Amino acid sequence: MADPMKIRAQMKGDTADIRVLMSHAMETGQRKDNAGNTVPAHYIQSITVDVGGKRVLQGQTGPAISRNPVFGFKVKGAKAGDKVVINWVDNKGDKRTDEATIG
Amino acid sequence: MDAFRRTLLKGAGATGAIAAALAAGVLKPSQVLAAEINRAAFEAKDIAGALKGIGASGAAESKDVVIRAPDIAENGAVVPVDVASNIPNTISLAVLVDKNPFPLTSAFDFANGAVPEMALRVKMGQTSLVEVVAKTADGKFYIAKKEVKVTVGGCGG
Repeated sequence: MADPMKIRAQMKGDTADIRVLMSHAMETGQRKDNAGNTVPAHYIQSITVDVGGKRVLQGQTGPAISRNPVFGFKVKGAKAGDKVVINWVDNKGDKRTDEATIG
Repeated sequence: MDAFRRTLLKGAGATGAIAAALAAGVLKPSQVLAAEINRAAFEAKDIAGALKGIGASGAAESKDVVIRAPDIAENGAVVPVDVASNIPNTISLAVLVDKNPFPLTSAFDFANGAVPEMALRVKMGQTSLVEVVAKTADGKFYIAKKEVKVTVGGCGG
């Protein structure tokens, strides 16, 4: 199981400002190790974000997202105290779900 | 020539579908998310193929699709890119890097009050155009492009 995500969610006016840092190697499958063997691709493929029980964001990502991905996004109509649930799945089937509360 | 290319693209799509089926077979149904991964688009090796894969061939250029990225990125492994769409009813944004081995980096769908705006960090193999495609609820596509220079080797540009 991968390390937990760091999620920061704050209200700015009527919009929730959410940033998430995921801990993931994001191997492209292009890189070679010291012995010259190709390092197999290992990257987050799919991301979902639910705020207050509603799906607000659904993302598909490829290996060109940087190592330890950071995503920032905004949700209108959310309110302080709403629960933010973020989930990712990678191309090997590993997954991780973390949650935070909008402050 | 064109017909040949299309066959190639079709071939690539079919392989992708098999891979998708295999992956789906490994996963338990509860692990599979609502959206299918668009493998044809993610595995396209050129920008035209990637745009075709997301259905955005012939997207109109628009100034209302905003890309905020550095003019010069010293580290191609981490290029911060902020994208936003000021077009009403934008439901989806895709970020592509023209000269990457696989140009499509990511695609996001927005719903239930999510603002069509994303901050993310992408990898760039070399100096290239960053292209952002916005899709509206009525199925129209709009595109914006910005060049980002990548200085590899720490010369500091």
